[in-house]
Amino acid sequence: REGPGHTGSAMDAPSAAGLGGADPQLQRFIEVETQKQRFQQLVHQMTELCWEKCMDKPGPKLDSRAETCFVNCVERFIDTSQFILNRLEQTQKSKSAFSESLSD
Amino acid sequence: KLDPGLIMEQVKVQIAVANAQELLQRMTDKCFRKCIGKPGGALDNSEQVRTGGRSGDPRVCSLGLPLRLCVPQKCIAMCMDRYMDSWNTVSRAYNSRLQRERANM
Repeated sequence: REGPGHTGSAMDAPSAAGLGGADPQLQRFIEVETQKQRFQQLVHQMTELCWEKCMDKPGPKLDSRAETCFVNCVERFIDTSQFILNRLEQTQKSKSAFSESLSD
Repeated sequence: KLDPGLIMEQVKVQIAVANAQELLQRMTDKCFRKCIGKPGGALDNSEQVRTGGRSGDPRVCSLGLPLRLCVPQKCIAMCMDRYMDSWNTVSRAYNSRLQRERANM
């Protein structure tokens, strides 16, 4: 997700394959950092979404109800994400070839 | 000759900067929405201002800001802290979920 102030980096690449060339240490580093970045991005995204659902009035501290809401929100978001992936996979399998339906 | 160790350090720094910017951008968005411009007040003890086209009071507050901008600083400061708390809560919850998923595989 691009925004003002976003610094482009090699970590934007959807696949790290081929980066780092022959150096296995660099290759490994890129894999690890890419994974970490995916995690960070999701935390940013979920915090933003769950804030809308869980935070009514920012007070002097995060009360336990809000905290529970955030935890539940994360779980439901991951559930939703998995459900979508699984169902998409199923609907693609049930069609004889996905690309055929696209070329209609 | 390029030193891979140096490259890795530089990349880590770039990533950290990018993450800080991302956090700042979203936090600013959320706290602006919470603290600025809602007449009637969504917050208890809120100090909110309506943005508008007034010429404004030329006096400044202790922050050196014009008075009309000084009022919601408490709201924004609190909002920033709560946003950080929320971010940390989400990070922990997501991490737990990932570990649970791995354990179940």
